[in-house]
Order: sequence, then structure tokens, then C-alpha cells
Amino acid sequence: MPHNLPETELHNPQSTKPPLDPHLKALENEAIHIFREVAAEFERPVMLYSIGKDSSVLLHLARKAFYPGRVPFPLLHIDTGWKFQEMIAFRDEMVEKYDLDLVVHTNPRGAAENVTPFSHGSALYTDIMKTEALRQALDAGQYDAAFGGARRDEEASRAKERIYSFRTPDHRWDPRNQRPELWNIYNGMIRKGESVRAFPLSNWTEVDIWRYIQAEEIPIVPLYFAKKRPIVERDGMMILAEDPRLELLPGEAKREEVIRFRTLGCFPLTGAIRSGATTLNDIISELETATVSERQGRAIDRDQSGSMEKKKREGYF
Amino acid sequence: MTAPAIANAALDDATAVSAHPAQEPVRATRDSRPLRLITCGSVDDGKSTLIGRLLWDTKAVKEDQAATLQRDSNGKQNDLGLPDFALLLDGLQAEREQGITIDVAYRYFSTDKRSFIVADTPGHEQYTRNMATGASTADLAVLLVDARVGLLEQTRRHATIATLMGIRQFVLAVNKIDLTNYDRARFEQISHEFKELALSLGVRQVTAIPVSALKGENVVYDGSGSMPWYDGPTLIEVLELATTRSAQTVGFRLPVQRVSRPGESFRGYQGTVAGGSVKPGDSVVILPSGMVANVTKIVTFDLVRNAAVAGDAITLVLDRQVDVSRGDMIAAIDSQPMTGLAFDAQLVALQPEGIQPGKRYWLKSGSRRQRVQVQPASQLDLKTGKWNHADELPMNAIGKVHLFFDEQAIFDAYEQNRTTGAFILIDPDTNNTVAGGMITAKRAALGGIHAEESRVILSLPADLADQLMATELFAGRREDVEVRRVNAGKAAEIIDAIDG
Repeated sequence: MPHNLPETELHNPQSTKPPLDPHLKALENEAIHIFREVAAEFERPVMLYSIGKDSSVLLHLARKAFYPGRVPFPLLHIDTGWKFQEMIAFRDEMVEKYDLDLVVHTNPRGAAENVTPFSHGSALYTDIMKTEALRQALDAGQYDAAFGGARRDEEASRAKERIYSFRTPDHRWDPRNQRPELWNIYNGMIRKGESVRAFPLSNWTEVDIWRYIQAEEIPIVPLYFAKKRPIVERDGMMILAEDPRLELLPGEAKREEVIRFRTLGCFPLTGAIRSGATTLNDIISELETATVSERQGRAIDRDQSGSMEKKKREGYF
Repeated sequence: MTAPAIANAALDDATAVSAHPAQEPVRATRDSRPLRLITCGSVDDGKSTLIGRLLWDTKAVKEDQAATLQRDSNGKQNDLGLPDFALLLDGLQAEREQGITIDVAYRYFSTDKRSFIVADTPGHEQYTRNMATGASTADLAVLLVDARVGLLEQTRRHATIATLMGIRQFVLAVNKIDLTNYDRARFEQISHEFKELALSLGVRQVTAIPVSALKGENVVYDGSGSMPWYDGPTLIEVLELATTRSAQTVGFRLPVQRVSRPGESFRGYQGTVAGGSVKPGDSVVILPSGMVANVTKIVTFDLVRNAAVAGDAITLVLDRQVDVSRGDMIAAIDSQPMTGLAFDAQLVALQPEGIQPGKRYWLKSGSRRQRVQVQPASQLDLKTGKWNHADELPMNAIGKVHLFFDEQAIFDAYEQNRTTGAFILIDPDTNNTVAGGMITAKRAALGGIHAEESRVILSLPADLADQLMATELFAGRREDVEVRRVNAGKAAEIIDAIDG
């Protein structure tokens, strides 16, 4: 019965894109529904924009949800100062191209005390430059809802997070005391100072993200595609070696390899993978045969067991 | 150099394939929506092992996750050399410490044919609310039993909750069949008992499968080596062929989420189609105001569409200036939902405070939020399946309630439409979600006969009574009705006695 849906789409002569398959269409519909619901129920929503592939999909869905109007909330980028250079250029280009409002925040304490991933270690650095910075920015903007691109398939504690994830005034998440969430009816009632993190991509998997990027021709940072790049090997990870602040340790040597990134974070904490995938088709094929998960290259997940849950309780996305 | 890498991989297709001849071609499309399912059963039945097996055999578990697993289980493995699957599933630290599942978790896996979203919920009785939450979005329920133990009280409980939440497809996984020496008679006995149980709940679509989750038999790979007597489908085959719910057969419904007014020239109503379909030219009614208009356009980001169906997130443009705001419903003029101030519903109480009579809650359904007073009438005894009178409903109770609104409410019966018939209750004191509910019927106002707490005695010809009782409205409230067969003279006598 559900297989022979009526033909609902007139082919737009300007569009070369075929209609989305029912699987991606269902995910898209759900995400748009969430965007509209949050925008209607909250006074000051904001969208966390990390410039990665999930953020790119999130942004695309936001534009679709509010079309023909513009995106009715600002994007917030927490800039640690250690992002890949290509990410920043890409971010500015998107803002200009799509007429977006962008708020960029860097933790002033961290900048003043010169907190770096090298000097303070990944755990403390992430806490100060990402989690603390995020709390500062959310407080400063008095945002009562923040969209994020987290997916439940990414990590075990995320598998239990709601689509509307309630936060106390000090941004804490209480995983044992979450509001039940039934059907697609979301409870957006909060008191002043409290907030909600909303996750429109909750039910997407990594492959869905890539297939959607391909189907919708969504721009992404070129670092996702394989290319010969300078790298240095450290702690079992291949780190991009093009930023002058990266100092080589004794025994380390720069070399060139054909690599790409499966996720993008701060360059000193994000490991590249050896890959020849130069097109989206290549990436999707690679994923479908992949034997490791995407967060495998993220140092911060491995600080300690239950790592992500601890960070999330304290306000990390 | 920093130009965005636009995805135009289609052009590179030929070269990509020839450069990697060993790779399988990329799957172009998935031709169906993801199937949402819920698994019911307890740790003892091997639920975690079953889900772990599904994830493992469909390759949804990656090597680094498996390595973390191995590390966390201190090298503890089951006798097949696989890691402890329960650790993979119980994501929260509190759960690992206590060794139980305390919340709903969602898992994702896929085959070449379809992708699946599993709501993994705990089996213990005190977690009825979690199961109801997981079941609210599910198309199908997998119920697990231990082949050595057979049906338990909790099997009935789980099947009852799943049915109440609108699930009409069951799979009974008779697990640990290896521990019965693949006893065919045992399997057939259990599946027969279960089919009787399902039938008593009104569910006809039942598949029973003998499985060994531990050994991976009849889960993703077939188990005919051990069970040549079983020629039915594996679990994954049933899931691949199951139907997803569709609200397309009912009238058009669009709960309005927001009004889009980017400029003077455009005014569109944004929402997700919650039933039926719509096309330009259709006449619609705006509820609760009752104003009528025609659809001129269906706008989406990519293109102007010539129709939209249930599930589509759209922007609707009407042919005239009408007053429409968030919370209103745009509906087919010839197939309207019910509007009224009083409805009957079933609900699941989700919080320790329960549901208190007379308390005014917020009710949210679709995009509409309004005040409601809830009066509990009865509570379901999950052991016997009987409804007993109740004045309030404690946590985890499933109850029948009457709802009284200050302003017009708009619903379909949940049986007809799982979107416009569903609601949540929010406690205004805590802002927490305290109940999930399903509309059964509008409370009829029989020309002024109806008043709170009163009953009406009718005397009808038997054939007319038969017809009335065959209606859906009656069937839904059969237990509220007392029926006695008498002759005309006796009836007159009884009624006269009341009047006198």
C-alpha cells in the first residue's frame, strides 16, 4: 500500500534533481516539522553551526523549512580558534550566500589564558573552549532553544536523548529524568532561564547524511574529500599539518598523504583517514563498507569511558 | 580554493566505478520509508542479545565500537566469542552500574531493502510508561519470549500496551529455541497460545518465529540447519516486508504550525500533512472558526507541487484572506474532524504524581495547546484485561478518561488517525509531560439529554438496538452500556415506574 504513492511532484524544469527517495523524504519531513515547531514555540531560538557535514544538512533543512521566508534565527559558531582554516572560509561564504545572521563566540578567558589543545590537554581544552564557551554564548544571547545536529546513532548516550532535550538554567542535562516524548508531539514548555536543545537530525544515520548531501547537492567543506595533504602522525592519529601553530615534537615528521576527514572538529584533535574518496559516490561506497565508526577519529570521545555523557551533562552538545 | 565542493558526483560516476572495480555499486534509492519497531521483553528473554544480534549481523556495529565493548566488558564474552551485547545497548552510566535499561533508546540498522529504527524499551512492570513512549511511533512490535518458559504475564501486558498504542502487526520471537533442542512442538504450542492472545486483542497480523539470538538463527541468517521443520521467514524478512502506517486513507488534515509572511505578497500556512492528501483547487475548512477557502498553491523549497500527502511538510496558500493562526487545523471540507468541548480518551500516566481528577492540565495535540480538565473513569487491569472503576490514575496506569475543554477542541479518533487522535498532557506546575493519550470518541450531546454523571434509559425495538450496537461509537464503549432484553409491556412498566 505505501509503495504506490500518488505522483505528487511536478518536475521543476529548472531542477535537475530527481525527487528524494521515500526514506530521505521521511527524514526530511520530520526535521522540517521540528524546525517549524521550535521556531513557533520559542522566543529566541538559535542554531548551533559547527560547519561540519551535519551542520550543512541542518542549515539546508532550516532554509527549506522556512522557505519562502529567510531563516528566522541566527547561527551560532563557537570558535575555539583551532578550527581548520578551510572551515572558517566556508562558514563566511555560506553566511554571505544564504543571507544568514551569524554570531561567533570565543571564550575570552580561554583566549586570555592562552588555552590550547597542546598546553592543556584535550579534556580541559574542550571543557573551556567548547563547553564553557557555549554556555557563555547561550547566556549572552538569552536563547531559549538551540538547534543542534546531533544524531542518535553517533554515540551510546545520544541514543537516549530526546528530540527536545530539556536543560536547566545552568545548561545541565539530566539523562535519568528526561521528559517522555510520544508521537511527534513535543513539549516546549519551560520556565525563564531554562532552555531546550532541539535535534532535528536525531533519526538520521551517517549514511543518510551523505546520501542527502548528494541528493540535495548541499555544499560541504572540501576537507571531506580525499586530496594529498601535509600530515603528521601523533597518538595514533593523522593530524593535518598546515597551521603554523602546530609544533612538531621530537621524532615527528611532516609528510604528504592522500587523506580525507570523516568528521571535522578542531584540527589538532581530529584524525584523518587514508582514503581515495574524491566524490560523494566514493564516500558513500566507503561508508557502506566501513568497519569503524565515524567518531573513531575524535580524540575527545576517548578521554574516559562514558566520556560523551559526562560532557553532555555539563552542557556540551 | 575555498570554493564549496558542490556535489556533482554523478559526472564522476563512470570513472569512480572503473577506478574501484571491487566496490559494489552505490545504492541509488531506498524505496520505502524506515520501519519503526519496538522490542518488548525482559533481559531474561534475551532482548539485548536479540537487538545486539540484529545490529551485529547487519553490520551496524563498527570495529572501534566493538573494541570499546570488549574493553568495557573486561574481555567478558559469550560462548560464541562475541562481546556482551547488553553493554552496546545500555548507553547511560547509571544503567551500566545497575545492569538494567531505564529508558527508551533508539537504534538504527539497515539492509539492502530497508532501514529500521528500533525503540528499545525496558521490560519491567514499572516501565510501562517507557514502553508506551516507544510504542507511540512504532509500526510493529517484536515480542520476545523464552522458549523454555513460554508466555508470561508480561507478554500479555506488553501486547496489550502495544495494541492500545495502535500497533497492529506483531512478531513473536520464540527465543533460546536452541536450549529446547529445537523442539518444534514446543514452538508450535507457544505460537498458538500467542495467536489466541493477539486475537483477543483484535490483532490478526501475527508472525511467530523460532530464534536463537545468541547463535544468530532466524534473526538475519536463516536457521534451517538446526530447524529444518521451520520454513517461515527470518525476523529480518518479516521486518523488510512489514507495512508502515499511513494516514492517507482518511480526510485531509493540516495542523498549522506557523504562518509564513515573508512579505506583503505572500501568506502561507506551514505544517505537516496529518492525514489524506491535498491539491490546488480543493475546498478546505479552517477549524475551529469554520471558515471556508480553496487551496491555490502548495509551496515547497524545491518546487510548487501539484499534490501533497500525509507526512509531507508543506506550505499551503489559500485563495482568500482568512484568519488562520498556529493551532488551527485546515481540513477537507467533506471529511472534517470532530470538534467539541468534551471527548473520551484512553491515556497512560507517565509521572509519579499520576493523573488527578479535576486538575487543569495543558493538552497538546498537533500544534494546538489548550487547557483541559481530566476526569478518570476506569483503569485497565493488565493482568486480566478488565477495566475497573477509578477516580484517579497512578503512574504507569492505563485509564479511560473524560476530557472537558474551555475552548473548542479538534480531534479524530485515534483508531482513524494516529496523529490527530493523539495528545500529551502537560502539568502546568512542573511543565513536565504527565500523560500520553488517545481519543476514542467525542462525548455526544444528545439534544440536551447529556449532563454530567447521568444515565439515560432507552426502550428500543430489538432490531434497532442491534443496529445501534453494531456502530463504532457503541463498540468503543460497550462496557459502559447495560442491556436487558424484555418485552414491550415490561419496558413500558419499568419506564413508567421511573417517571412516576
